[in-house]
Amino acid sequence: MPEMNIIEAIRDALTMEMTRDERVIVLGLDVGRLGGVFRTTDGLQQRFGKDRVVDTPLAEAVIIGSAIGLAISGMVPVAEIQFLGFTHQAFHQMGAQLGRFRYRSRGRYPLPVTVRAPMGGGTKTPEFHPDAIEAQFVQYPALKIVLPSNPYDAKGMLLQAIRDPDPVLFIEPERLYRKGRAEVPAEDYTVPFGKARIVREGKDVTLVAWSAAVEVCERAAEQLSGEGVQATVIDLRTLVPLDEETLVKSVESTGRCVVVHEAPLSAGFGAEIVATLQENAFFSLDAPIARVASYDTPYPPASLESHWLPSPDRVVKRVRKLLSA
Amino acid sequence: MFQLLDPAGRLRNGAKPPLDDEFVLEGLRWMMLSRAIDARATGLQRQGRLGVFSPVLGQEASVVGSAMALDPTRDWLVPQYRELPAMLMHGYPLHKHLLNLMGNPVEGRIPDDVLMLPTQVALAAQLPHAVGIGWGLKLQGKDGVVMTYFGEGASSEGDFHEACNLAGVVKAPVVFFLQNNNWAISTPRQLQSSAGSLAERAAGYGMPGVQVDGNDLLAVNQVSREAVARARAGEGPSLIEAITYRMSFHNTTDNPSKYQDPAELEAARARDPIRRVQAYLKGRGMWDEKREQEFEQAISEEIEAAIVKAQKAPLPNRSQIFDNVFAELTPRQAAQRRELLGEG
Repeated sequence: MPEMNIIEAIRDALTMEMTRDERVIVLGLDVGRLGGVFRTTDGLQQRFGKDRVVDTPLAEAVIIGSAIGLAISGMVPVAEIQFLGFTHQAFHQMGAQLGRFRYRSRGRYPLPVTVRAPMGGGTKTPEFHPDAIEAQFVQYPALKIVLPSNPYDAKGMLLQAIRDPDPVLFIEPERLYRKGRAEVPAEDYTVPFGKARIVREGKDVTLVAWSAAVEVCERAAEQLSGEGVQATVIDLRTLVPLDEETLVKSVESTGRCVVVHEAPLSAGFGAEIVATLQENAFFSLDAPIARVASYDTPYPPASLESHWLPSPDRVVKRVRKLLSA
Repeated sequence: MFQLLDPAGRLRNGAKPPLDDEFVLEGLRWMMLSRAIDARATGLQRQGRLGVFSPVLGQEASVVGSAMALDPTRDWLVPQYRELPAMLMHGYPLHKHLLNLMGNPVEGRIPDDVLMLPTQVALAAQLPHAVGIGWGLKLQGKDGVVMTYFGEGASSEGDFHEACNLAGVVKAPVVFFLQNNNWAISTPRQLQSSAGSLAERAAGYGMPGVQVDGNDLLAVNQVSREAVARARAGEGPSLIEAITYRMSFHNTTDNPSKYQDPAELEAARARDPIRRVQAYLKGRGMWDEKREQEFEQAISEEIEAAIVKAQKAPLPNRSQIFDNVFAELTPRQAAQRRELLGEG
């Protein structure tokens, strides 16, 4: 089985789907000649031509807005926004338009649109680039929000996203883009949405995360294991749809839970997890459900980001506190 | 396209020198300083001592010529992120700029008497702000003018259209200075817009638009002064499209060899804005090798002094993460701050 990093897995999925379905069109800033600022689309324009891999003018709103129109016309657009922090400029087209079209057209215009964007910090990118704003889009209930954390999921979930009949916001973990290769099947496969991945199993506590925070939890679990504490790590994979069953089952068995995310604490998706578990697993809890998130401030300067982002250390400390409660 | 100096540094059509030689020398000094900073900062970035930054290289006449039309005591500068010499000319100290690049924005804070906004990496987002400042100055009966910078890429953003339109309606004293450097990272000018001239868009907003040779210091300064004078006289905004060329990478993470034709870069080098001014001044008997060496020496000393000063500044610390979020932290933020500092 070939080994790929996340960049290569995404490129493999795009190549596969563009070959299989000639309605698929990739559009965004610098996706063509440059192959994307992270090279996820490297070589695609040479292979599929300038009509199918399109360097657009510099305007995020029109990338998403025109993807809506392309889909209505019969194409299958995969739009790239260079950084999730730049979806602010496209927020109306993303949420209110893309995430509502099937509904407001009474089913006349479903939108098979995929929007790809890298998210997250830890790489010392300039202002606005690393903002983890995934939860803002959850408030538009007709957008699927998917966040692979590893190469296998990146390929399988992107193929699923492009084939999905509804709009999907496909958020890529920028910090993990080139963090090692893993086995990825060369053939066609999809990873279904709404099915969380149990990364490791332990009896003492459940750590819940998505995107790059999964890796933080894995490191925390490793550290805890050295202290004799066995943690389950759940990679949610998708926030919409949400795999409540896996969450509830795990917390029923461990009795403790820490949710970890890169977005600021308040009104982050962690709050939704806590509420869901409170409603469905309350009587199994041995301790209050905790959250480890970034602080409620704008993203700080790159030199201070390591203090702001959730770290394995902070997760470990919070778990210890729960265990002593 | 308006031009006063041809690429060889000769005045066109026997025109008279439009500017005092000392003024031109001062402009040249800023241009040479800018280029020397680019080189030095690139070296420091490659050593891991500075963060990501975007050089001005190739666009020095465009930035300096326009900023020289401003009066820093009453006019505002609203930059994007490729206008360093304009920021310095407006009174922002070089060592503070370096501190920002070192990830120390507290020490890099804009001094209270410098009428300037922070650099803006969300393209075109600064343009509505510039309009608001100009509009506000006008409402308060002040005679300041706002000069705001952006590129041809940013001019594709909706914010550009909305800002220009409002500026025209309220007759805001704003100069929209579009630096057309031919590249938005890898996307060339011709893919950005099908309009032959971006300056002509001004007509749609009820303001004058002019296309100028952005590598011609004298021409850029002249059209900029006209636009500033117009704004100051209460006649409203203008759009200037300076045709220049990005002779370096987009920023330090970029590798243009992937998308740029080397011949095109060579052609741009033949239109180098610094050499053009030097040739002009040489023709005026104001420039020779000795003077060039004196300038280079003084510039080098200025940069090294700024680096030393920046290195002596207090280092950023984690408690600053919570500074300036609000005038006063919410109770929840205050609790988070205590947690971060191990106090709670």
